[in-house]
Amino acid sequence: MIATLPDAETVLGRLADKMRDAIAFDAKLVGIYSGGAWLAERLARMLPGDHPVGYIDVSFYRDDYAVRGLRPNPATTALPFEVGASRIVLIDDVLYTGRSVRAAINELFDYGRPQAIELAVLIDRGGRELPIEAVYVGERLAVARDASIVLERRADGKLELTLEDAKDASRA
Amino acid sequence: MRNPQLNAEGELTHLLTLEGLPPEVIGRILDTAVPFVSIAERDVKKVPLLRGKTVFNLFFENSTRTRTTFEIAAKRLSADVINLNIGVSSTSKGETLLDTIDNLAAMNADMFVVRHAESGAPHLIAQHLSASGKSHIHVVNAGDGRHGHPTQGLLDLFTIRHYKRDFRALAVAIVGDVLHSRVARSLIHGLTTLGTAEVRVIGPKTLLPTAVESLGVRVFHRMQEGLCGCDVVVMLRLQNERMRGSLLPSAGEYFKHYGLTSEKLRLAKPDAIVMHPGPMNRGVEIDSAVADGSHSVILPQVTFGIAVRMAVMSILAGN
Repeated sequence: MIATLPDAETVLGRLADKMRDAIAFDAKLVGIYSGGAWLAERLARMLPGDHPVGYIDVSFYRDDYAVRGLRPNPATTALPFEVGASRIVLIDDVLYTGRSVRAAINELFDYGRPQAIELAVLIDRGGRELPIEAVYVGERLAVARDASIVLERRADGKLELTLEDAKDASRA
Repeated sequence: MRNPQLNAEGELTHLLTLEGLPPEVIGRILDTAVPFVSIAERDVKKVPLLRGKTVFNLFFENSTRTRTTFEIAAKRLSADVINLNIGVSSTSKGETLLDTIDNLAAMNADMFVVRHAESGAPHLIAQHLSASGKSHIHVVNAGDGRHGHPTQGLLDLFTIRHYKRDFRALAVAIVGDVLHSRVARSLIHGLTTLGTAEVRVIGPKTLLPTAVESLGVRVFHRMQEGLCGCDVVVMLRLQNERMRGSLLPSAGEYFKHYGLTSEKLRLAKPDAIVMHPGPMNRGVEIDSAVADGSHSVILPQVTFGIAVRMAVMSILAGN
């Protein structure tokens, strides 16, 4: 298991390199709140071409609602483009169980039928509970089950990865 | 004694009244309603939160708007909704309120939305469910007697916050028949809980409760004085039956003194908003020029009401 986390900005650069020549010229970037939303904004500036950015909050689609109830302060999903027939790259900070991504895909389909959905993540920490894999991965990390990797945005806009006790943080 | 609306973990499990509800609970409902507003603008106007749940709309008293908005809210959360106009079914055959509840609970209800002419009926139902080991069934008060109408109060708060942001800087005037209005009571509790700078009530002595000042409001009997410099004007419906008693001389007389006209509205702030819980009596408590004018947010209130009820139901059903 790891002792120190990689620098988020470096990993983001690597993720952008992998996406640069691979994503569709008309791909829309949809970030999952909150970490994925910051990444989508940054990637839109780093990638060549013009990629519209949308945001998705999966609170109303989570599969743990019956167990944990509604999360406080859900954000507003905002997809300022036609989802139907679009090529979409879903973006999240940490890919773990795959449950947030499942929820996000379900929500996208309530806006229309996308042409294609790809997944890009900053960190893939393994531990999948659903058959979901990312097409673009910044870095793969092995982390103890009781730890959470959290992406934070500092006041100067720089991104930072931190390790938290899983009991205090939500599982991604 | 524990607040009957909260469970052992302090989470909201019934919504019976806004009185005594902590500001953070009210704030959380308002925050949660924000993303629900945009659901109505999507291709598929549904989220799966209450999929497989059964919501009973129990209306022991007539209402079209409230029942419809609760029904739409529950359906947009993917719940199955059963509407019962009890006034014309079981009770007329002699069944007691709690027997009706037990029967519907036996049909595996998950939530009761209750409108009743008697103050306290939803509270009684919540207590009964808890005492009979069915505390997993949630109760939402959709208006009880003169007591409260918490979801209306919440949608009024949501509307005010949407247009005016910070309650601590606002003067809100509530005009009309406060005495018979559960809407006014819920709104006053909500506004004072959220720290509204000034809550005013305006009405004739015969239509204001005695000692209404104890709710933390300023009382005005002259509308022109009460409207001066306020940010929000909430007009209350004047129920026709009030005219038949000795409370008021006539609808025309009432309109002259307490009806909201463009002329009187000019005394409020230039960007004041006008609200009304509906249904409106044009020419009795509000002039058409105001109801349809640029200050009116009466129709947005209806739209926001669906989002607020979705927020309430999804918070309750998850706790």
